[in-house]
Amino acid sequence: MYFLGIDTRSETPHPDVWIIVPAFGEAAVIGDVIAGIRSVFASVVCVDDGSTDDTAAIARRAGAHVVRHPVNLGQGAAIQTGVEFARRQPGARLFATFDADGQHRVVDAQAMAERIKSGEAEIVLGSRFLDKRTKLSPAKRLVLRTAAVQSRLATGMDLTDAHNGLRALSPKVARGIHLTQNRMAHASELVHQIAEMKPKWVEQPVEIIYTDYSKGKGQSLLNSVNILADLLFR
Amino acid sequence: MRGGSNARHLAIRRIMLILFACVAGLSIFFPEVLTHIARFFGIGRGTDLVLYGLIVSFLVYMATTYQRFRHMETTMTKLSRRVALDEVNRRQSPAAAARAIAAGTAPSESGSNGTATG
Repeated sequence: MYFLGIDTRSETPHPDVWIIVPAFGEAAVIGDVIAGIRSVFASVVCVDDGSTDDTAAIARRAGAHVVRHPVNLGQGAAIQTGVEFARRQPGARLFATFDADGQHRVVDAQAMAERIKSGEAEIVLGSRFLDKRTKLSPAKRLVLRTAAVQSRLATGMDLTDAHNGLRALSPKVARGIHLTQNRMAHASELVHQIAEMKPKWVEQPVEIIYTDYSKGKGQSLLNSVNILADLLFR
Repeated sequence: MRGGSNARHLAIRRIMLILFACVAGLSIFFPEVLTHIARFFGIGRGTDLVLYGLIVSFLVYMATTYQRFRHMETTMTKLSRRVALDEVNRRQSPAAAARAIAAGTAPSESGSNGTATG
């Protein structure tokens, strides 16, 4: 039976799969996002990156484990904290990163987790360019495509979408992640570290849902300059 | 290029600074000496030599300062992460947290995700 696009036929929501949700100031949507994830995955850790609103309390009420940074560090730091936390949990056999702003779909994360469980891949990376579902402005599409090309030149990994927050990781890959870029350059650093491990990797078509809320919070294209600078002067 | 945060680099930087201050001071009282040194390097004026030296010094300073900033940022991040994970342990079960600390398996152990070299 499908309800809101989520397969509710699975009995016990995969407790060995840990979903890592980095969040900063998402009190408006985090409750729904976590509830949606928990209908499929029982183990969710929300890393509250020093929010000044109710994000942590709402996430906890929605059933997530909450780890709170004492100060705002950045999404990269939040993901690293989440990965370290999840790896320490007994029985953790699979990890996924999932955005807190409602842009990702749980059914995509579910499909990605299945591909790791089946042994098809050691890491599954979401890509909004593998199908036509995601609607993007031409400027944003150009910037993201350029980022993917730059990523391929730097790492050798031929990704179609190098800046996608939806990823599924096997324990082996999760062990090799040590993010030092706290802010938005972490996505590129992550690809570098993954490429070095030479894992079995695949890309999964995912839909990114751009709402007015999430578009208001997203990165400005100008920030690409900062991302590039962070990587060149690491 | 290392971050210049160790004692040897600091001593060298200080020596260079004193040297620079001396040369700058002497150049006021003995302007011809500076011009001779400049000519040796193929530069027209003594003051130009000082200017070029200052530019190079400034660029080095910028690079070194950025490195030190990155080092401080990494330290602060590790500290914050440790605080965050300790809070979770304490909240979940103060007894379990105490046991974990006593057994040496508390989240602070660098073996869990060693970035000691990073």
